[in-house]
Amino acid sequence: MSNILEVKDLNITFDTFAGKVQAIRGVNFDLKKGETLAIVGESGSGKSVTTRSIMRLLSQNANIEKGEILFNGQDLVKKSEKDMQGIRGKEIAMIFQDPMTSLNPTTTIGKQVAEPLRIHQNMNKEEAHARALKLLELVGLPNAKNRMKQYPHQFSGGQRQRIVIAIALACSPEILIADEPTTALDVTIQAQILELMKQLQSKIDTSIIFITHDLGVVANVADRVAVMYAGKIVEVGTVDEIFYNPQHPYTWGLLASMPTLETEGSLYAIPGTPPDLLDPPKGDAFAPRNAYAMKIDTEYEPPMFKISDTHYAATWLLHEDAPAVEPPAEIKARQELFKKRYAEGHPVAEGGTV
Amino acid sequence: MADNREKILEVKHLKQYFNAGTKNEVRAVDDVSFDIYKGETFGLVGESGSGKSTTGRSIIRLYDPTDGEIDFEGTKVHNISGKKDMLQFRRDMQMIFQDPYASLNPKMKIRDIIAEGIDIHGLASSQAERNKRVNELLELVGLNPDHATRYPHEFSGGQRQRIGIARALAVKPKFIVADEPISALDVSIQAQVVNLLMELQKSQGLTFLFIAHDLSMVKYISDRIGVMNAGKLLELAPAEDVYNRPLHSYTESLLSAVPLPDPEYERSRRRTQYVPRQANGEEEKMREIVPGHFVYCRESEVEALKQKEAAYHK
Amino acid sequence: MSNENHSVADETIKISPDMFERATGAQKEDSEKIAAPSLSFLQDSWRRLKKNKAAVLSLIVLILMMLASVAAPILAPRDPNAQVIQHANLPPKIPGVDINGLNGTSVAGTTRVDKYEQQNVPDDVYYFLGTDSLGRDLLSRILYGTRVSLLIAFVAALFDLTIGVTYGLVSGWYGGRVDNVMQRILEIISGVPNLVVVILMLLVLNPGITSIIIALAITGWISMARVVRAQTLKLKNQEYILAARALGESPVQIALKHLIPNLSGVIIIQTMFSIPSAIFFEAFLSFIGIGIPAPTASLGTLINDGYKTFRFLPHLMWYPAGVICVLMIAFNLLADGLRDAFDPKMKD
Ligand SMILES: Nc1ncnc2c1ncn2[C@@H]1O[C@H](COP(=O)(O)OP(=O)(O)OP(=O)(O)O)[C@@H](O)[C@H]1O
Ligand SMILES: Nc1ncnc2c1ncn2[C@@H]1O[C@H](COP(=O)(O)OP(=O)(O)OP(=O)(O)O)[C@@H](O)[C@H]1O
Ligand SMILES: [Mg+2]
Ligand SMILES: [Mg+2]
Repeated sequence: MSNILEVKDLNITFDTFAGKVQAIRGVNFDLKKGETLAIVGESGSGKSVTTRSIMRLLSQNANIEKGEILFNGQDLVKKSEKDMQGIRGKEIAMIFQDPMTSLNPTTTIGKQVAEPLRIHQNMNKEEAHARALKLLELVGLPNAKNRMKQYPHQFSGGQRQRIVIAIALACSPEILIADEPTTALDVTIQAQILELMKQLQSKIDTSIIFITHDLGVVANVADRVAVMYAGKIVEVGTVDEIFYNPQHPYTWGLLASMPTLETEGSLYAIPGTPPDLLDPPKGDAFAPRNAYAMKIDTEYEPPMFKISDTHYAATWLLHEDAPAVEPPAEIKARQELFKKRYAEGHPVAEGGTV
Repeated sequence: MADNREKILEVKHLKQYFNAGTKNEVRAVDDVSFDIYKGETFGLVGESGSGKSTTGRSIIRLYDPTDGEIDFEGTKVHNISGKKDMLQFRRDMQMIFQDPYASLNPKMKIRDIIAEGIDIHGLASSQAERNKRVNELLELVGLNPDHATRYPHEFSGGQRQRIGIARALAVKPKFIVADEPISALDVSIQAQVVNLLMELQKSQGLTFLFIAHDLSMVKYISDRIGVMNAGKLLELAPAEDVYNRPLHSYTESLLSAVPLPDPEYERSRRRTQYVPRQANGEEEKMREIVPGHFVYCRESEVEALKQKEAAYHK
Repeated sequence: MSNENHSVADETIKISPDMFERATGAQKEDSEKIAAPSLSFLQDSWRRLKKNKAAVLSLIVLILMMLASVAAPILAPRDPNAQVIQHANLPPKIPGVDINGLNGTSVAGTTRVDKYEQQNVPDDVYYFLGTDSLGRDLLSRILYGTRVSLLIAFVAALFDLTIGVTYGLVSGWYGGRVDNVMQRILEIISGVPNLVVVILMLLVLNPGITSIIIALAITGWISMARVVRAQTLKLKNQEYILAARALGESPVQIALKHLIPNLSGVIIIQTMFSIPSAIFFEAFLSFIGIGIPAPTASLGTLINDGYKTFRFLPHLMWYPAGVICVLMIAFNLLADGLRDAFDPKMKD
């Protein structure tokens, strides 16, 4: 598969009153045609900033210090604002977290879906309208024909998010960036939206970058997963590699802190708080909270170690001189459980059908 | 059996309507009844707008119910009058809030936030005792007592949530309503807060009403769970039963929508849709299908539900 | 999967086996900072205010002006209302200063003449800021005038902060029917123009400070009440207010501990709007002849008088106008400083 997007050594800072915030500190990743890459990580780890920089929608006080963002081989960092306007919404589209604020309350939803078509694809009014109707039907808006004339407030949160998705998909973008698209919704509606996105992806073959901190959602939608911590990607791999064979202590902590339906006793919790990016610590930023930290972690930043062709992690634990360590008991217990479940041959547990 | 445990709270036919009698009447809670036993954690789940927060706020008397009754340790909460009794009630029952950013007064120092209850109820006789108590509470929730002189904005979401917990604990309550205390936090911080709540429950002998929509956390923390939808309680059972032997189809659809951190499982997941039934005139109410497991249903359905429950044991 | 994207272990780092030992607590040292000094919210705000140079300077200027106006009877060189017709229209003259404009000379036609000599003023008589057309000492009039204007400013602020804030808090907090009734009352009051109130007042009172103050008491606080009510409606459903209620805090305490500190920003801004408008309201009334009666000075009347003769005797307008400008600027800078000082999020 070919890479549609490659991000290389991206560094972004923000000028603030208190000083320079080093929000992104050397991020590398790539995105393949038709795949879904999930970015997970703690609040403030830089997920939104990374994706906004791809759209070049960063705030005024942001500086891209270093790095390339190659979209089909062209560096988006070097593009003019005018060129970017042609790319935004047409080739790369974005869905935001809050379905309430990303729609214009004073325009009918039909017009809002038709607008990008008229701008980017020079359709006339009738063509755009017809296509908008198709899109709204595609995202499963009931009675789309009549409801196109309605305003955003006349829809529920889940329906609004569907409309936002329809707008994002209007020009069949090559990349769709979804920044926590379901965090504001409850589980039932979340499930509908996730299903919808998967269906649409198989129809129009877009690549998706999906940001979330809900690991359940990641397991559901992702092909590959990148784990971010303090402005860096600390582990990247296929969804199975990350969930069944995690290597970075932060990934361990993240996975272990989410109870499965079988968890008993106390939960594994990552102690402490994330570092202050105004003044990132020397060495591995995760070291102060890491029960496995070694002396070297306080001195040098770990490079990416290769585990398989698709799986990399930035932790000194993978160095050949490092002592062998056992992941937390929760992680091991979980792996046992998974193994057992599949051995018994009925992966679908309770609540499967009615 | 559960019944010989002591009840701390009884909710009887609670109704809470907003804008009652007007065109835009909202039946946020519509005839809900349940009991909470001393020392347990009672989980309340349901989708957004199902009336969970409203139930919690009526119980702690932030709202006056339209109808029905709430008994706390045998006294009717909404009949409490007189300053002394009211203050005692405010000590016994406390609340933890959802939004770690909106639940702390931004202009107050942590010490004064936590000491608010101590001041109101006169629990410290001197400034030194007040400070000592605040420091103890900060340590209890795992924060550094040196931080007492800081302002809320200097803390992360998880730390703020702990401050909110310390504020509630300051008056030594017996019963705590926790309204989605972890929904706004990210996963790794959620675990810290949940662990803290469970430790406190053991060490302080607390009873919790735990409201949430994250079902895997609720299952983990609760002894019994009530499932709400559109202002009604639809199923009530021990946590294990709700998860492993759901009887109401709404509960099943809710469970089938929870994503689990297991890619294999997710690939083969099948979601089920909940379609509310048409009323047919037959009386619907909570009925006990097997001991301790209640379902909102019709008399004619009880037999089928009993069989369904039995089938789970095969 | 392309992997040239991921750098492999950098060989420049010197790695020795002992570096793979467990790190000790001290090495991991997390960055818990030392506690801030234990100060109350007000002490804290004062500390932040002191760091704001413009605000401190403004505060000093305002205090000096206040002291000067309070001490006007002592400081004023002459009786502000005493007319010395022979000494009319004199320009400023300050002993020992020989700068045009301050040495008793002024330009008449094309030549500069010494007005004091011309009008036979004794050599040892100085009018620091000159005199008006009735020969009254401008310095004394400004001192007394500032006194009146500041009094009106403080009365306006007082009504804003007492009636306005309380009315808004009660209306917003109780909401529902109480709010409805209180808002209707507000609408009725604000429907009556201030001017009409003052004119009606003239039926029972003589024109003067009392009737201006009563007019302010009746209508001056309305916009404050509106702003405070709107903010209270928003704040009262905040979770920290619910938490206070759940702890058994009384409404009065909630207002004092939670609502007012969080309203302080809007309250300060609103007060700063009403002070100048009160000062100008007085000036306007005096201008149309129903404000402060004739001989008494206020900054408003002084400017009005000065403006009439601005072409020939500019100092009569410049000095009072300067005083009002300094007052306004100082009030505004102080207000900005206070607003920031009451916000713990401001970096200090
Ligand atoms: N406009 C800005 N000015 C200054 N700092 C900023 C700005 N935007 C983001 N940051 C900082 O950049 C870092 C990364 O922020 P980002 O929004 O990408 O986090 P995130 O991973 O998306 O978190 P969340 O899960 O909370 O959305 C944070 O430390 C944040 O404080
Ligand atoms: N003060 C109010 N006035 C009018 N309607 C209200 C009020 N408070 C809540 N409601 C309505 O009552 C219903 C139940 O609300 P409630 O907040 O109890 O839901 P919830 O189950 O807590 O939802 P969520 O998960 O979103 O917090 C909703 O339809 C809501 O819009
Ligand atoms: Mg974000
Ligand atoms: Mg709620």
